[in-house]
Amino acid sequence: MEAREKFTNDAMQYAPQLFSTALRMTRNRADAEDLVQETFIKAWRSYATFQEGTNLRAWLFRIMTNTFINKYNAQQRRPQETEMDEVEELFLFRRLGAFDQSKMTQSAEDQLLELFTDDEVKNALEELPDMFRLPVLLSDVDGFSYKEIAEMLDVPIGTVMSRLHRGRKMMQKLLYAYAKERGLVDESLLSPQE
Amino acid sequence: MADCQETLNELHRYLDEELSAERVEEIIGHLKGCTDCQEAYEFHAVLRQSIREKAQRDEISDGFLDRLKECLGDEVMGDDPNS
Repeated sequence: MEAREKFTNDAMQYAPQLFSTALRMTRNRADAEDLVQETFIKAWRSYATFQEGTNLRAWLFRIMTNTFINKYNAQQRRPQETEMDEVEELFLFRRLGAFDQSKMTQSAEDQLLELFTDDEVKNALEELPDMFRLPVLLSDVDGFSYKEIAEMLDVPIGTVMSRLHRGRKMMQKLLYAYAKERGLVDESLLSPQE
Repeated sequence: MADCQETLNELHRYLDEELSAERVEEIIGHLKGCTDCQEAYEFHAVLRQSIREKAQRDEISDGFLDRLKECLGDEVMGDDPNS
């Protein structure tokens, strides 16, 4: 098969995943489409350096993440202090008792799966500062390993772990705030020590 | 066997499949005997699944997919730079 044809066939299957992640990175459709397109063009231009048998998906995500960071000067800005508020461990889990059971009708697992809407999950991800959003996206949404993420972001594995830890806690806090806005939470249901 | 504190501290790394096989055994051993940690584990596993599914539900336009294929075609990309 011609190289171009093979590349197109192999790479196109990842277009939807790349697009979703690009959308969470850029927060808008036009920029996300540009980012994916630029990723494909760059990938094709350096396809000769891609080693057959290695992970094409990880390679494409790496190119896209690099392109995003360079193009949007992402990850440089240190978040404001207000964004860095310390969030306790297991924040959401400790507050499950405050979710108003009468407003939920499904089984426990389905309830939790459907506790937050698609838009709430997307918004929470998009609200995270770049430095936390990128590792959370690449891990929780795209399922890459710490090592792969460290290579994509060009930071040590320990940094990936601490940013993931912090980003996930911020994400839980945001999701809880959305549920509260939607009237799903009754904090009087929490026992005082919680 | 791991205790509650260790298990909760390593819950995410366990879900991320980043623990050694030996450590995984220890965490599983604890989860089997501890309802509280088991509940915390299940909560985070389902939350993760929910985030993964919902964050990938985006409509990708046919027009964009066509443009993408087109830009990989001969005219826009020029000759095969890899040959």
